[in-house]
Amino acid sequence: MTAAGLIFANIHDMSLPELTRVRSMASVPFGSRYRLIDFTLSNMVNSGITKVGVITQYNYQSLLDHLGTGKDWDLARRSGGIKLIPPNVTSSGAGRLPTSRLESMQSAIDFITHCTEDCLVMSDCDIICNMDLSQVIEAHGKSGADVTFVTKRVDASRMDLAEQVICVTADDQGRVTDFVMKKPTEGLVNIYTNIMVLKRQYLLNMLADAAARGYTSFFHDVLIHSVDQHSGVDYRVFEYDGWYAYISSLENYYDCSMQLLTQEAREGLFNVRNRPVLTKVRNSAPSKYCEGSSVKNSLIADGCTIEGTVENSVLFRGVKVGRGSVVRNCILLQDAYIGSDVTLDCVVTDKDVVIRDRRHLSGCETMPFFIGKGGSV
Amino acid sequence: MIFRKKECVAMLLAGGQGSRLYALTKKTAKPAVRFGGKYRIIDFTLSNCVNSGIDTVGVLTQYQPLVLNEYIGNGLPWDMDRAFGGVMILPPYQGQKGADWYKGTANAIYQNLAFINRYDADYVLILSGDHIYKMNYAKMLGYHKQKGADCTIAVIDVPLEEASRFGIMSTNEDGSIYKFSEKPKHPDSTKASMGIYIFNRKKLADYLCADEADPTSSNDFGKNIIPAMLAAGEKMYAYPFQGYWKDVGTIASLWEANMDLLGNHPALDLSDESWRIFARHTADAPQFVGNRATIQNSYITEGCEIYGTVKNSVIGPGMHIMYGAYVEDSVLMGEGVVEAGATVKYTILDTGVTVGAGATVGADRSSGAAIAVVGADITIPAGATVQPGAMLSE
Repeated sequence: MTAAGLIFANIHDMSLPELTRVRSMASVPFGSRYRLIDFTLSNMVNSGITKVGVITQYNYQSLLDHLGTGKDWDLARRSGGIKLIPPNVTSSGAGRLPTSRLESMQSAIDFITHCTEDCLVMSDCDIICNMDLSQVIEAHGKSGADVTFVTKRVDASRMDLAEQVICVTADDQGRVTDFVMKKPTEGLVNIYTNIMVLKRQYLLNMLADAAARGYTSFFHDVLIHSVDQHSGVDYRVFEYDGWYAYISSLENYYDCSMQLLTQEAREGLFNVRNRPVLTKVRNSAPSKYCEGSSVKNSLIADGCTIEGTVENSVLFRGVKVGRGSVVRNCILLQDAYIGSDVTLDCVVTDKDVVIRDRRHLSGCETMPFFIGKGGSV
Repeated sequence: MIFRKKECVAMLLAGGQGSRLYALTKKTAKPAVRFGGKYRIIDFTLSNCVNSGIDTVGVLTQYQPLVLNEYIGNGLPWDMDRAFGGVMILPPYQGQKGADWYKGTANAIYQNLAFINRYDADYVLILSGDHIYKMNYAKMLGYHKQKGADCTIAVIDVPLEEASRFGIMSTNEDGSIYKFSEKPKHPDSTKASMGIYIFNRKKLADYLCADEADPTSSNDFGKNIIPAMLAAGEKMYAYPFQGYWKDVGTIASLWEANMDLLGNHPALDLSDESWRIFARHTADAPQFVGNRATIQNSYITEGCEIYGTVKNSVIGPGMHIMYGAYVEDSVLMGEGVVEAGATVKYTILDTGVTVGAGATVGADRSSGAAIAVVGADITIPAGATVQPGAMLSE
């Protein structure tokens, strides 16, 4: 079974307004040297997918800059490779920005039509995992399903879930019996990860049908409707049991970043054999740990210069921490400049932030202090 | 068609064995030896080329070229995947009159005159792939043109007591060279040749052909071509270069050049955004520093996980240094492990080395011991001792 990929770059922008003010969800920096789309793209490329469409809506300059020709993911190709699908808005006012997932899919109709693959893997950019999608594709092919939803069993009492997650129930054959959109607070729930594999022909029929009937919501009008009406569609689940995080708010972005400091995350996300997480190369020099510096339990990208103390933190490329400064429980995005004798605790700085000498800033784990792009304190 | 022309083509001599690096060049050509964590020696020359606006480079390979060929690939990391020109590997080949290895530096260029002619180059820049430096060749070419020279040789000032290790140029006030002496016992100048030459193409071709016709010649630029041109009274100039430059042809100089990256004001600064050194990257995770790790005055690359102690060292990608391990004054080229409780001092570990738990490699630098070297993919058993100055290879 052959597959192409389709990625929704903007669909969760609303959940992270602080970081998506200047970028799309797909290009939100995460994990020292990555952007969120890297995880999804790498999963696709590592599973043998060589044609990927990326649906963008707005604010996608940083995404374009990040993806370039796609060569860092080995997707700069004559046939296939990466295809950006910008919104179809004309100067005459015809066409408009898609407002729902269904409309986004419809905006990609040319891409889907011109694919020759049997199925499409669709994924959002709010999920962080290292998943072998070829297993999902194989299961999808074997079962003959129209759509296979990748789900993850989570303990709702231990996970900070978003206001609205899709909980899926299935019978022992793996057939979907119900979808519910809610916020579970306790017990084991099987939540939809925003990754699904669709039979391409089913997708084309579904989109034509949805257009004819004026459907607006993929979840309510298509999924729930089909399951409720016993309309003969074959929906299945594929349970993913690897390391997984998803981002639904700044607090949760902070939390997920801190999880990267655990051994489980390093083994389940970064150090998976033959499945590297690929990203744009910046050609930074290695990081420099100066005499008198102290770094503990931290994730550090290349190109950093550390003279002070860094603990329990995630540092992106080109961050400088001056002499006598103490950085604890922080996430410092690309090129942050921290002067000397600064203390930072539970602070998240966007790109190019400058903290001058002797400043003291602090947030707390449940509400990190955020400084926007280019900010100066 | 103007498009089918390159003003200057670079020829990068990368075929030498680098025998003075012993274990490090057993399976790899010297230009492909790791340097400064994530780089390989050849990255410096290739990056200098692209930063100087030279996008057509022939890389002459001969000795153990596999790793080097794979590393250079299509030249993408250096922006040399060009539609016309770009980087090209030039191995010895079989011609109509027979096949020949590259007999010397001059012969290697002679055998590839067709490559230079193909780009209709006016100037040929000859480089070697075993020096660490940042240099703008465009400035040197400007100097060459301004002087109306037939050949320009880049020179660097060296201390008089070291001058007898180099090829020494004696120059007039206007920079023209009147005497060249290879490793002179009593040097009368401190201008040492850096092994970087710019020739006018036609002149170079003439002298290479003449040199080839001479069966007694050792086909070497320093020994034959330069002296022949001088003797014939060609216009030869020395281009003075100021800045960091190091020949990393020996274990000691390779170690020193790595150490030059350390300190608050490093002799060699790679963080300069205006003259970036490009390298082919592997997709490594960010580096992780554990709870009980201590890192002082060190250079650490992506993919590393550090749980032990690292002092005054340069650590390449994907190195794991476990809890209780101690690394000091060393160059670890990457993709290896230093197990718990092991000690590595004043040592160069090539890629893929495992130092077993509790093992000891090398000795304190202050004890006056020599550098220990462990070749690629070697496993030092737990508890074993590798003496300082040892040279281990498979």
